[in-house]
Amino acid sequence: MKMIEAIIKPFKLEEVKDALLEMGVHGMTVTEVKGFGRQKGNKETYRGAEYTTDFVPKVKIEVFVADNLASRVIETITRSARTGSVGDGKIFVSDLGSVVRIRTGETGESAL
Amino acid sequence: MGGYKRFGILLCLGVGLFLGSLVGIPEAGAEGEVLKVDTGDTAWVLTSTALVLAMTMPGLALFYGGMVRRKNILGTIMQSIVVLCLVSLIWITVGYSLAFGPDQGGLIGSLEWIGLRGVGSAPHPTYGPTIPHQVFMLFQLMFAAITPALITGAVAERMKFSALLLFAGLWSLFIYVPVAHWVWGGGWLGQMGAIDFAGGAVVHITSGVSSLVCAIVIGKRTGWGSDHMPPHNLPFTLLGTGLLWFGWFGFNAGSALGANGVAGSAFLATQAAAATGALVWMMVEWMHRGKPTVLGVASGVVAGLAAVTPASGYIGPFSAILIGAVAGLLCYYAVYWKGRMSYYDDSLDSVGIHGVSGVFGILATGLFASKAINAAGADGLFFGNAGLLGTQAIMAGALTLFSVVGTWIILKLVDAVIGLRVSSEDEQVGLDLSQHNEQAYSRE
Repeated sequence: MKMIEAIIKPFKLEEVKDALLEMGVHGMTVTEVKGFGRQKGNKETYRGAEYTTDFVPKVKIEVFVADNLASRVIETITRSARTGSVGDGKIFVSDLGSVVRIRTGETGESAL
Repeated sequence: MGGYKRFGILLCLGVGLFLGSLVGIPEAGAEGEVLKVDTGDTAWVLTSTALVLAMTMPGLALFYGGMVRRKNILGTIMQSIVVLCLVSLIWITVGYSLAFGPDQGGLIGSLEWIGLRGVGSAPHPTYGPTIPHQVFMLFQLMFAAITPALITGAVAERMKFSALLLFAGLWSLFIYVPVAHWVWGGGWLGQMGAIDFAGGAVVHITSGVSSLVCAIVIGKRTGWGSDHMPPHNLPFTLLGTGLLWFGWFGFNAGSALGANGVAGSAFLATQAAAATGALVWMMVEWMHRGKPTVLGVASGVVAGLAAVTPASGYIGPFSAILIGAVAGLLCYYAVYWKGRMSYYDDSLDSVGIHGVSGVFGILATGLFASKAINAAGADGLFFGNAGLLGTQAIMAGALTLFSVVGTWIILKLVDAVIGLRVSSEDEQVGLDLSQHNEQAYSRE
């Protein structure tokens, strides 16, 4: 099992969600986050005072899937979240040790 | 907590004793002369009075409230509302009598009208001969209320609420009241021939200069210059700007004290200066910084409005356009300079906008005033009377000096009794939670 975390542009969330649903992912967790990579922040000016906001608002999607689905999920997110400009985000993939469905106590892939 | 309680008890005691002493004073009847109340004039001044109320609450409250960080919006709005309430009572009890009561040596009014004795429905010969004296008093009450509220912009996000209350009360009594007397109540500046149609000196110079003293004495906000302190809700600020603009027609055109031609030309001058101030600020910022900003336009509106205030009843539309244009330019650079130099933290720019345009407006009145527009006014330098400019400069200088010294003394006094600033922990948490146990934006 894999844990896939993707940091994407907020306005791409709907598109990514629809694409993932279509390819068979049944659930995801979404968080509003802030941060920066190469894109860095925005410049804002208020009455001549300039502020550079280092942290840019982003959305983090977490998807947990069986090993055989992982590469397709990564490909789908990459395709649907891309705009081609700096700040499109990153995808992080790691191995998932175990999963428990709280209601039934099921574990492993059937709990995903 | 001790400070708050002590302050509350003192306030209650003071108000109680005062009201107690007033009970039983019969309201004196009409004055000797027979002046007839005009219904149209009275209706307009009553309406203007309500318009000026809207400038403080919710106009100024939202204008400032939107510019602070989200943790301080309630505290900021609260300052405007409560100053309005407090000054209303001060004005009705003693303030009006001291400001507009029979003159005592050009310096202050007498206590003859204390508790509004003799201030009834009959007109006063000089304070609007066609409107009830009480309506004039109410119109002036709104001016007295907004002036200390303007200062809250200089001390935003860090002043103790209790300290602000005490400060506003003392400031109203010891700065606003005498100055209003000097200029409008028959005092020495009015006698000298200084003119201020709707409060460029009385309202904007006093509040703007006092704001500078307040910002310096209370010190910068923690993290100023290093932390981000952008406005948290500019739509609120724009809503406030709209209400200020709307209310300003009462402020300026209402100062004609009648529904007449002077009210109409003051209305026109107000609109012309506000529009020009906004456009000039926008253009200057666009050229200087690359983008026209929404806050810049809002600031330009207020700069134009404040600058034209003292001249509004004495000038034509093209003089107003010139005044608005210079105000937009001057205030833009004053605010920009403040940011660059970092000498003081005038958080919401009450110095850079009200102080600068107040002084400029008073001098501009000495240039542009014309008897052709208002026979009761005076001619300025451009209409052949250089003397007026000198008189206006004396007024600006005298009020600046008086406001600096007076405000400094009041601040030191309040600091000794209550302490001016919230603790750094409370400042971190924000005024809303630390001063009022409330939050504007629920996390639910």
